[in-house]
Amino acid sequence: MDLLTPGVGLIFWQLLIFGLLFLFLSKYAWGPITKSLKDREKFISDSIKSAETAEKELEKLNEKNKELVKEARKEREKILLEAKSISNSIKNSAKDEASKITDKMIDDAKKMIEVEKMSAIKEVKVLVASLSLEIAEKVIEENLKNESSQKKLVSDLIDKIKIDKN
Amino acid sequence: MFSKTLHAFSIVFFISFFSLADAKKNSQDDKDDKVDIGGMIMHHILDDYGYEIMEGVVIPLPVILYSKETGLDIFSSSKLFDKGHIAISEGYKGYYYDHGHIKSIDNSRSFYDFSITKNVAFLILNAFLILLIFLNVARGYKSKISAPSGLQSFFEPIILFVRDNIVKPNIGKHYEKYLSYMLTLFFFIFFGNILGLLPAAANLTGNIAVTMILAILTFLITNFSGNKNYWKHIFWTPNVPNVMRIIILPIEIIGVFTKPFSLMIRLFVAITAGHIVLLSFIGMTFIFQSYFVGILSALFAVALNIIELLVAAIQAYVFTMFSSVYIGLAIEEEH
Repeated sequence: MDLLTPGVGLIFWQLLIFGLLFLFLSKYAWGPITKSLKDREKFISDSIKSAETAEKELEKLNEKNKELVKEARKEREKILLEAKSISNSIKNSAKDEASKITDKMIDDAKKMIEVEKMSAIKEVKVLVASLSLEIAEKVIEENLKNESSQKKLVSDLIDKIKIDKN
Repeated sequence: MFSKTLHAFSIVFFISFFSLADAKKNSQDDKDDKVDIGGMIMHHILDDYGYEIMEGVVIPLPVILYSKETGLDIFSSSKLFDKGHIAISEGYKGYYYDHGHIKSIDNSRSFYDFSITKNVAFLILNAFLILLIFLNVARGYKSKISAPSGLQSFFEPIILFVRDNIVKPNIGKHYEKYLSYMLTLFFFIFFGNILGLLPAAANLTGNIAVTMILAILTFLITNFSGNKNYWKHIFWTPNVPNVMRIIILPIEIIGVFTKPFSLMIRLFVAITAGHIVLLSFIGMTFIFQSYFVGILSALFAVALNIIELLVAAIQAYVFTMFSSVYIGLAIEEEH
């Protein structure tokens, strides 16, 4: 067997065995191996991609949430302002109403007082008239007895009347 | 540390042991006191009809011969030798063994030798080993997408390396069609190289018949998948004056054949040379017959063995890479 001249037998066996090995391996080893390696790579890259999109979505959602919170805050402020103005107007109107009522009550009271006063004055007038009549009666009675005492009585009575009038 | 040293020593021991067997045998043939190191080395490098594990222990292998006159003859290689493993001159069934060849006693008879020689036996062993390993590895991929485990996790990176670093960049986008061939090629050469480094093993990938078939397969695949652009580049090189085309044409045609030729020679030489150098270091022990040289050359042999492991991987890589490059050039689109 020589170093540089290839033997026919070995050429034959090499071709046969290498060929068979190639066929067997491609069908039962390389085929499934390379296919599942590819599948796995695809799975991994897909997973990474979907994770990325999920992250982006989350970011978007966060942004949206922030916006929403901002809007809500604005809304709240607006509502508060409105409420304040409403309450103010209510307060004002209530105040007005109240003052109107009190004014009316005061007016009424004043009128009542006036009426009472008038009736009282009328009563006093009647009383004064009857008193004057009484005084006149008494003066006339006293006059008959003593002139000086008559005078004194009259002045006393007049004093009394003055005080009463006040 | 201790176990490492022990390991190294056991390697030295094995190498010396098995080489001694070869050396002794050849010295007997020459009937000389001097050890025939050259003969020992050639005996190891070349093919043989029996598988000699060590001195006197020969596993006979089937000899298969075919001639038109006598038809198919199959017999054990031990029939050609006597008990001392010396060729019987009268031969068997009209065939006799002479200096590594089987010859016909009747000189006019031509025959073909399809014997299961040492190399064929290792070829089969190599194929079975690869089948066993990769069918096992493939089983790991049967289940749905999962992390690799066991043998699979060792070979997956290598498969990925072949795919992503050798085949894909050199062949281009149509690489998948050639991936199975490239993976078979890579692992066949790689396992063959490693097997060849085992003590007493056959020099399978350092045999020119083996490398020739691999190179021819690459050659056929390259030229059968060559596109219009590839052939145009060979026969009518574009953007070159006509005079130059006449000069370029023979160069291009030679180039078609030198590519596979270089593949064949490179692997054959790298592996065979490695074995020769390795065995020469061991042979020095027997030439000088001194302990000092023995220990030193054994240490060198160990270092060389480690380098040879590297070479085994590199040569598998190189063969696969160049095959990919040639195919890639043949199917390249016009740019």
